[in-house]
Amino acid sequence: MEKMTIQAGAIEELFGRIRSGGRRILAPVDKSGAIVFDEISSYGQVASGYIQTTLSAKEAVLPRFEEILRFRSEGKGVVFEEESNKALPTVVFGLRPCDARSLSVVSAVFERDYPDPFVRSKIENTVLIGVSCAQSDEYCFCTSVGGGPGDTTGSDLLLTRIDDAVFLAEIITEKGESIVSMAQELFARAGDVDKNSHCAKVSRYFDLEELGKRLPAMFDSPVWDGQSLRCLGCGTCSFVCPSCTCFDIQDETDGPRGIRLRCWDSCGFAQFTLHTSGHNPREVQGKRWRQRIMHKFSYQPGGLGEAGCVGCGRCSRACPVDMNLLQHIQEILEAD
Amino acid sequence: MGKNEYKPYLMRIAEITEETPDVNTFRLEFTNEEEAGGFSFNAGQFGEYSVFGEGESTFCIASSPTRKGYIECTFRRAGRVTKALAAREVGDTIGFRGPYGNVFPIGDWKGKSLLFVSGGIALPPLRCVIWNALDLREDFKDITIVYGARSVQDLVYKKELEEWRAKPDITLITTVDPGGETPEWKGEIGFVPTVLEKAAPASADTIALLCGPPIMIKLTLPVLSALGFSPGNIFTTLENRMKCGIGKCGRCNVGKYFVCKDGPVFTFAQVDELPAEY
Repeated sequence: MEKMTIQAGAIEELFGRIRSGGRRILAPVDKSGAIVFDEISSYGQVASGYIQTTLSAKEAVLPRFEEILRFRSEGKGVVFEEESNKALPTVVFGLRPCDARSLSVVSAVFERDYPDPFVRSKIENTVLIGVSCAQSDEYCFCTSVGGGPGDTTGSDLLLTRIDDAVFLAEIITEKGESIVSMAQELFARAGDVDKNSHCAKVSRYFDLEELGKRLPAMFDSPVWDGQSLRCLGCGTCSFVCPSCTCFDIQDETDGPRGIRLRCWDSCGFAQFTLHTSGHNPREVQGKRWRQRIMHKFSYQPGGLGEAGCVGCGRCSRACPVDMNLLQHIQEILEAD
Repeated sequence: MGKNEYKPYLMRIAEITEETPDVNTFRLEFTNEEEAGGFSFNAGQFGEYSVFGEGESTFCIASSPTRKGYIECTFRRAGRVTKALAAREVGDTIGFRGPYGNVFPIGDWKGKSLLFVSGGIALPPLRCVIWNALDLREDFKDITIVYGARSVQDLVYKKELEEWRAKPDITLITTVDPGGETPEWKGEIGFVPTVLEKAAPASADTIALLCGPPIMIKLTLPVLSALGFSPGNIFTTLENRMKCGIGKCGRCNVGKYFVCKDGPVFTFAQVDELPAEY
């Protein structure tokens, strides 16, 4: 991996090169206190001082709703039209290492068995410029699930601020190399840098493998009902999660024209598994909460080879009734 | 871009059979001959049927793969999509994508006897296998069908039941719940598990296929067990709610399986290993 440095003051110029090369830039911006990814035209618009973005960068490859079919009725027939769902050449700047890792979970789900052309083309057209975490908070637990505040996994280029005015730039992939080559003169070869000393320290709170081993025997544990007693079933945890991928499919029409949309959904909703007959395999919130934990920490590691959680802490920060995933995992590990 | 799996085949409704006041069977033909030629499926598989503008619904393919050129689906008018589907007429276009899911391993059952046990609207997934087996009749020994519904009116495939009854090489037992009979009813009166127990079909060298409402399954399994069927020789199809049909949307997830891609066909030996979320 090649290590370079770039002056913070040169990022604006880098953005200019990226944009004139035909790529839009999505970066964290402050929208009334919520830090969300949005298209920017200048480095000055990028939010600062946040520990974690409120919403993840997942939307760049899996929008909250997207067109998967466009149709038009003609007499007794139906005609398909091209979906308006383009993968725009994009750079996502400023995502945390946990978010960069999460996109490989998203990709794995959508590549398995029936490769999804919409997700694939967005991933192919997107370059991830991550920024390491200099700070963390009590909700962060990336190191417990295989990541870290300076983890390079998933990023194409990872920036770490090593000085007020200088970023270390680690070139991780060819896509990352292509960004650097757009503005080679802005980068200088890096000397010896102890990157970790510039990254936040995130404690390792639990053993992911041990959790995975415990869960299959805990299906009937009282822990699920206990933890979810205050759960509202609002789905916020799924909405903010960078690695949740479950979705619904809905039609929208306007006269003879219509579109079919893929929309984010949540296993926390009662209707998620409700059969037409009225039967619901997960009829109470405890069973839905169990599914969330089992899917992320038992079923997905078994099926995809990686957990469905990157320890970003968003679900706990956003939960309106203060359910704390890290605390709940620790309880699960201590339960009989 | 790669293939968009959500783009359905366009199918013309060729024939509509009213099975009961709220259950219809649609025969569907491909509007595109090239697509028709490239299409094949096996017994047990399902698809997503769509009414454009309303959405998609999941049903098994109820016709046999031995009958080429069309597929059939049987559905009860229950939700938004099935209500819209039922309002369609012969000649209308609907969408179908599939076939999805695994299959009944009919090839492995050569030389064996088959016992079909079903209740109500759960006959369609077995009807596919029944016709498949009847079209390959010499491959199997005895074929026994035990089918029940709440009332005479609720029995589906009434014409086919008569056709099967007339065949000397099938044992067909039909039953309706007590109170569901009519003065003309000549079949059994009683619940499927009881009727099955009385009929006591042999289990030696026999595969049982069991599809029905959860309560019927629950009460029938002990009867099959007492008759000598092992869980590995009893097959069923699970019917969890699905949207995508291709193992991504997440809602049919049961333990490490997705019913849509690892099922819908399971033996009860496999079902016993699953978390009870179906």
